[in-house]
Amino acid sequence: MARFPEWFHRLGAPKTFYSMTGKWLPWLAGAAAILLCVGTVWGLGFAPQDAKQGNSFRIIYIHVPAAFLALAGYYVMAVAGAVGLIWKMKLAHMVLKAAAPLGAALTFVALFTGALWGKPTWGTYWVWDARITSMLVLFFLYLGVIALHYAYSSTEAASKASAVLALVGTANIPIIYKSVDWWYTLHQPATIKLTQAPSMHPDMFKPLLVMIAGFYCFYALVLLMGTRTEILHRERRTRWVADLAKTGY
Amino acid sequence: MFQFESLAAFIAMGGHGPYVWISYAVTLLTLIWLVIAPIRGRRRLLKNLSHQSRSAVTSGEERS
Repeated sequence: MARFPEWFHRLGAPKTFYSMTGKWLPWLAGAAAILLCVGTVWGLGFAPQDAKQGNSFRIIYIHVPAAFLALAGYYVMAVAGAVGLIWKMKLAHMVLKAAAPLGAALTFVALFTGALWGKPTWGTYWVWDARITSMLVLFFLYLGVIALHYAYSSTEAASKASAVLALVGTANIPIIYKSVDWWYTLHQPATIKLTQAPSMHPDMFKPLLVMIAGFYCFYALVLLMGTRTEILHRERRTRWVADLAKTGY
Repeated sequence: MFQFESLAAFIAMGGHGPYVWISYAVTLLTLIWLVIAPIRGRRRLLKNLSHQSRSAVTSGEERS
């Protein structure tokens, strides 16, 4: 068994995690609200319109961040599943359970906004393009993880099964990333790459960065909130949760 | 600098208005739902627990 530093064990204790993260929530909520408001106003009203696509391109400011977090969220879920399976860490299973509906919702947003963007740009809401299809698979993987949590009466069995599904589904992630390069069909290649300068004008790119940062804060906020609720649920027979319920806080 | 000449032009988005605004509206609703769902779940859970502990006290039952 691998050894972890002291803080990892302490953070892994649901009660410690609960009280510690409670202090982070207002900061994350504030940061997410400010970044998302600024980014939305900037992107909708002040970023220059696209020479080819006109104003429909403004959908990028929610489409790309949502797709980013839909993918990053899958990593979170898969890593939580691995940690939960390997080190039998209960908190990891709770994070996994909170990550599934969040990821599903963001994948839905990415698909939905992509469809509405596709209509004026490509002339169709939907094509069975590699990127779009693999994102649809991602959506179903999230739904599968959610469904597995309801399929078992035992929490432990449900946690294990959904962790295994989350790990198996990781195979889809590189396909999504590479789909725009491997099958060059309709979906445009990535606008942002870590290794290259963005293929976008800075005036268009800056609000996108603000929105991505905002979506990251939002993701962290909702993931923590969901995990905290799940902690209370699974620890409901303990003394500290009973005390919490008494004070109503 | 604001890219549109009037509020009407801003809403019309050069003919792409419906696509843009529906995208933003659906995203906003989804994000609101994501925040509300765990808050409601937590509230419901705590309410049930405080009911349980009260009924446990009245029936003289010890719960750990």
